[in-house]
Amino acid sequence: MAKITFITKDEHTIVCEADSGSVMELAVQNGVKGIDGDCGGVCSCATCHVHVAPDSVARVGEAGEIEKDMLELDDEANERSRLCCQLEVSDELDGIVLHVAH
Amino acid sequence: MKPSDHPDPFKQARTEQGVSEIDDQDDPVQMVLRLKDVRKCAHNWKTYSSEATPGRIVVPSEVNIRDTRQIPFEVDPPKHGAFRELLDPWFKRPLQDEYRDKLREQISALINEVNQRDSIEAIYGFSLLLQSHALTVLMNTPESEAETFISWGTHVFRSEDDPLDAGKAQQLYDYIDQKIDEAEASPSDDLFSTLLAAEVDGARLTREQIKGIIILTFAGGRDTVINMVTNTLAYLADHPESLQRLRDEPEIRTRAIEELIRYFSPLTHMGRVATEDAQVCEHAVKADSRISLCWASANRDETVFENPNEVVLDRKLNPHVAFGFATHNCLGATHARTIMQVLIDELCQQVDHIDFLSADENIEQWGEFARKVGYHKLNLAFHSV
Ligand code: HEM
Ligand code: FES
Repeated sequence: MAKITFITKDEHTIVCEADSGSVMELAVQNGVKGIDGDCGGVCSCATCHVHVAPDSVARVGEAGEIEKDMLELDDEANERSRLCCQLEVSDELDGIVLHVAH
Repeated sequence: MKPSDHPDPFKQARTEQGVSEIDDQDDPVQMVLRLKDVRKCAHNWKTYSSEATPGRIVVPSEVNIRDTRQIPFEVDPPKHGAFRELLDPWFKRPLQDEYRDKLREQISALINEVNQRDSIEAIYGFSLLLQSHALTVLMNTPESEAETFISWGTHVFRSEDDPLDAGKAQQLYDYIDQKIDEAEASPSDDLFSTLLAAEVDGARLTREQIKGIIILTFAGGRDTVINMVTNTLAYLADHPESLQRLRDEPEIRTRAIEELIRYFSPLTHMGRVATEDAQVCEHAVKADSRISLCWASANRDETVFENPNEVVLDRKLNPHVAFGFATHNCLGATHARTIMQVLIDELCQQVDHIDFLSADENIEQWGEFARKVGYHKLNLAFHSV
């Protein structure tokens, strides 16, 4: 079971738990504002953009090349940006904090 | 080659030049062909503007057949954002269960009907009907309006033999005028009334602006949706194993839908007008000249997609641009995706297999490029489970 915390643009904190699926799906199921997941998670829409909290970065890891190319043109992108549909829920992610980018 | 294949006509030009110029009514267009360049240009609205003379960013150009600016399509930020803020909630309604249930009722009935027939012509006997009925849900108008939409044929601006038919467009303008009058006289909760009551930046919309929004709802979602549905039927008829797989593995349906939309790319390209001298992959673009963002070519870019010319139903990473990219990304995408979800679900449930009888392909000609976008005629026989 992994506990994942989302903090929205308007500063709401939503704590979710899951043991499988993608982080985007988890956010959509819990109605996290700013995570739409329009493309269902195939890395085409960029409506699942988060900034990983600095002390969670090591556990989340880096974006792949296709994801990086998507993020490059997002005005809110920074060095801690990820598209959370590309993050699989696992014990590895337990306790991470994600700031919704939009 | 199988009859449902859509070959990629852009490969050589994309890999060798990246850009290709075509003529259009003496206002040439440089088609941008690579995925990364298409995305960059779509993102860079300051240099590549949508807010040119109304009709000019469309290829073939519609400057000679209309003066009404289509909204939000022909508006740049920041004004564009204010219109999207108004329209986005309305166009996200397809995520609601009630909306999906209405579509399911319509599509289920349609499949049930074609299941009983020996054979159908799929465009007039299925896709046009589906699109027109679904549009009444999107606009929240009575379903009986679908009869009018069906009577207009497959394209609201173009007739069979004339890609720029001003007379045909007039029919749509007259209809919209009449509906706005009716909504003014007795408001309801349809799109017309909602727009009449709406404000953007603290001001009511003008009649011209309302028209510009509604026209786009008709034009943007007409042949795109019809081709998406028709091409999906053709593909599943030609690939019975894929229909079976979708039935057996419902968990891949979301990916399959994105993949089919990538592969078909129902909108081939869309133009922009350069506001300054610029460059796309080392090709000069002169101020006030046109480029186009070729979604269809970008979606076959071999530097990004493995096996770009194959339908890989469970393709995991699929950064396609079939619904555009950045500022002007498709407002109707949620509606289109919901149609596909319901269509695939219902086909899996009701249809055992479809026979591909015969077809007459619809080939667009863009300069040197001949691109199959769909069919003029598609004859199919449905067999129920
Ligand atoms: C499979 C079906 C569809 C495809 C492939 C498609 C494709 C596209 C693309 C590529 C764009 C971007 C244009 C640009 O950047 O200039 C776009 C924009 C747009 N589409 Fe769609 N579309 C589809 C269905 C629909 C439907 C059903 C509607 C509405 C009824 C619609 C309404 C619009 C509007 C209003 C825009 C402009 C958005 C803006 O400027 O902010 N589309 N579409
Ligand atoms: S959900 Fe579309 S890119 Fe993540």
